Amino acid sequence: MWEEANNCGQVNKETNRWDQTVKEKTITETRHRFQSPDQVVKDLGRVSYLADNSIGSAVYLADRLSKPVLVEGPAGTGKTQLAKSVAEVLGARLIRLQCYEGLDESKAIYEWNYKKQLLRIQAQNVAGDQELSTPDSQGGTKSTWNELEDDIFSEEFLLTRPLLEAISAQDPVVLLIDEVDRVEIETEALLLEVLSDYQVSIPELGTVTANQVPLVFLTSNNTRELSEALKRRCLFLYIDYPELEREKEIVRVRVPGISDRLCDEIGRVVRTLRTMELKKHPSVSETLDWARSLVLAGIQSVDETTAQGSLNLLLKYKSDIDKAQKELSLVDKS
Amino acid sequence: MIDLLEGFVLELRKAGIAVSMSENVDCASALAHFEVDNREFFKYALGSCLVKNQAHWQAFETVFEIYFSRTGRKIDKDESIDWDEALADLARAGLQDGASGDLTQAGGAGEPISDEEFAALLFRALQNGETQLANALGRLAVLRYAGMEPGRPVGGVYYLYRTLRNLNLDAVLEELISQESTRRDRRLSPLQERLVRDDYKSRIDSLKREIEAEIRRRLVADRGPEALARSIKKPLPEEIDFMHANRDELLQLRRSIQPLSRKLAVRLARRRRHLRRGSLDFRSTIRHSMSYGGVPVDPKFKKPRAHKPEIVILADISGSVASFARFTLQLVHALSSQFSKIRSFVFVDGVDEVTRLLENADDIGEAVHRVNTEADVVWVDGHSDYGHVFESFYERWGKEFTNKTSIIILGDARNNYHASNSWVLRELEKKVKHIFWLNPEPRAYWDSGDSIVGAYGTYCEGVFECRNLKQLDAFVDNLA
Repeated sequence: MWEEANNCGQVNKETNRWDQTVKEKTITETRHRFQSPDQVVKDLGRVSYLADNSIGSAVYLADRLSKPVLVEGPAGTGKTQLAKSVAEVLGARLIRLQCYEGLDESKAIYEWNYKKQLLRIQAQNVAGDQELSTPDSQGGTKSTWNELEDDIFSEEFLLTRPLLEAISAQDPVVLLIDEVDRVEIETEALLLEVLSDYQVSIPELGTVTANQVPLVFLTSNNTRELSEALKRRCLFLYIDYPELEREKEIVRVRVPGISDRLCDEIGRVVRTLRTMELKKHPSVSETLDWARSLVLAGIQSVDETTAQGSLNLLLKYKSDIDKAQKELSLVDKS
Repeated sequence: MIDLLEGFVLELRKAGIAVSMSENVDCASALAHFEVDNREFFKYALGSCLVKNQAHWQAFETVFEIYFSRTGRKIDKDESIDWDEALADLARAGLQDGASGDLTQAGGAGEPISDEEFAALLFRALQNGETQLANALGRLAVLRYAGMEPGRPVGGVYYLYRTLRNLNLDAVLEELISQESTRRDRRLSPLQERLVRDDYKSRIDSLKREIEAEIRRRLVADRGPEALARSIKKPLPEEIDFMHANRDELLQLRRSIQPLSRKLAVRLARRRRHLRRGSLDFRSTIRHSMSYGGVPVDPKFKKPRAHKPEIVILADISGSVASFARFTLQLVHALSSQFSKIRSFVFVDGVDEVTRLLENADDIGEAVHRVNTEADVVWVDGHSDYGHVFESFYERWGKEFTNKTSIIILGDARNNYHASNSWVLRELEKKVKHIFWLNPEPRAYWDSGDSIVGAYGTYCEGVFECRNLKQLDAFVDNLA
């Protein structure tokens, strides 16, 4: 969908992808993807993502209100996985924008393929030279210049980056903006237009508006406070470490061939570890690693020696391991 | 519904959660998509629209429970009906969990059971992990023990205390654990014991939460949501007062100090990296101009030298301000990478250096404990004496400070009417770069009684009120 930004009065001859979407836009109102929060939870369960009620209602609401979801929580609790699983449930393509310090417009939204533009200009020059050599080329340069300008700022020379990609996609997509807290506070502003209006303004072309509102997930590890402007535009979802029962369920689903007893013990040990004051508490993914390795080693139940030997899978700091050993009274055995 | 929501949002704002207009609108439009009958989903829907900071969730939840309490309107003030209802509740829960017949008898007969029987019932429910039964019993316990009287102007804490005192849950926990080992017919290994303990603890905690919620429900029925919200509101973590925090709040503070310090460190490091470019590097510019035939096309600049302040912390650890000093020491040491050097001194009426203790410790909590026990800070009687402390501080370490040093003094300047010796600060002020004073007392109390912060304040670059994490955060951010 276009709004001519430059009032040069030229008509863009090309009928491209986005022109067509103008007509379709009015027809395809976004269809609701989920019927109820319950359904979200169930659907996610089908792809082995065990959601709780807070996740269910946030995703459901995001769909209904067409708003992005800002997912926060400790590392390794399945924030990114949530976006992946939702994409899987919907059969949608996942477009991922990994944020990092120094991320800019040309990496996040779009970029002009200037090498190709240069080539195009050079090709024109060659053609122009040939025309000049023929006698009947009076005043030809002016019109070719305009044509050329139109030409090199057209969609053909535009490299779409994740945000524009998600906006202009024809197929259903889920957009994941990962670790948004890593970009500088100034760069956050880049996201605002996309997140609130689902549109991207390109000075040379005009405004591209989405013809379908994608589901958007932003994840943050909370290393800094996000700006109010960003938070205001999003629904907020905090994924904490799961409750004992849910964690056991996750282990059971994700680690095939685990016995109920082992599963129960793993869950309880991890819960106990999380009540301690550690630098870094074991995350769900670390619990899963631990469970897998115990199953592989053919261990049936967690006792002192097993715990002693495998704590390093759960805890990643020496001081944490020492402390946990002391608290679980494992030390005297060694 | 809109009216109710309006009141709800107002209450949230009063609790200190910033809710913007657009969030309010979002919330209203979200309601259209939700069946109100599913309370859980309803709560999370409201939460995701209104609360954008995890630390505020607890406050949100409390207000939510008050405004949308389950049986708020239904509870009758007539006690006998309550009894029947609760017992029926109990019977239902008992039946559903397939408990044995005597329980349903007790419920069906409708006659009050004795305290011992009640305790035994509760014990068994906890032992077998019958959550529903335990919760029903918990509600019943409120009826039995809290002695709630309509219109009585006491807070929920009072009733909670009365109920819990009668149940004596700590003893129950120990009993549960010792029974567990006899039940398994052998001694539990330490690991097992720990796991079992955590099991029961979580059950008891959920029982406590249920009791608390029940009390709240009854209070709402008695007084209406607006009045109650005012009386049982809890401060947000960043606004908890250091000086008056209770045990739970201190725990909460301890938990939030680590993420806070991490956030601060990231922010400071980022700022330092993005400092403006330094002055022109003449040599390098000329060298690079060679490739353009001597034209300095590409000017080179010197890297700015990151200036990291050298920090000296002088903290009062006498009883009145100990927890404040503890948090500040913890925060500053967590940021040690952001300063070129940190030295810490603690005092009561004598002064001692504790940099070593804090540096070599992995666990800052333990280190602070060691500071409290090992540092030699008592000179005469263990009452703060700022005058003597400053004097000896200056004599022993004064020579080591340079114009790069920033001194931060933590304390309430309550000098117990000793001599102030403020000349020390005057001398120090000439030598060092900054002197800051952080005072954990409200500004209104300064210079009242034996507080002489004004006398010292004249020689400090700034005296700041620092009563909660928010203010501490702001100060450290400015410092580095």
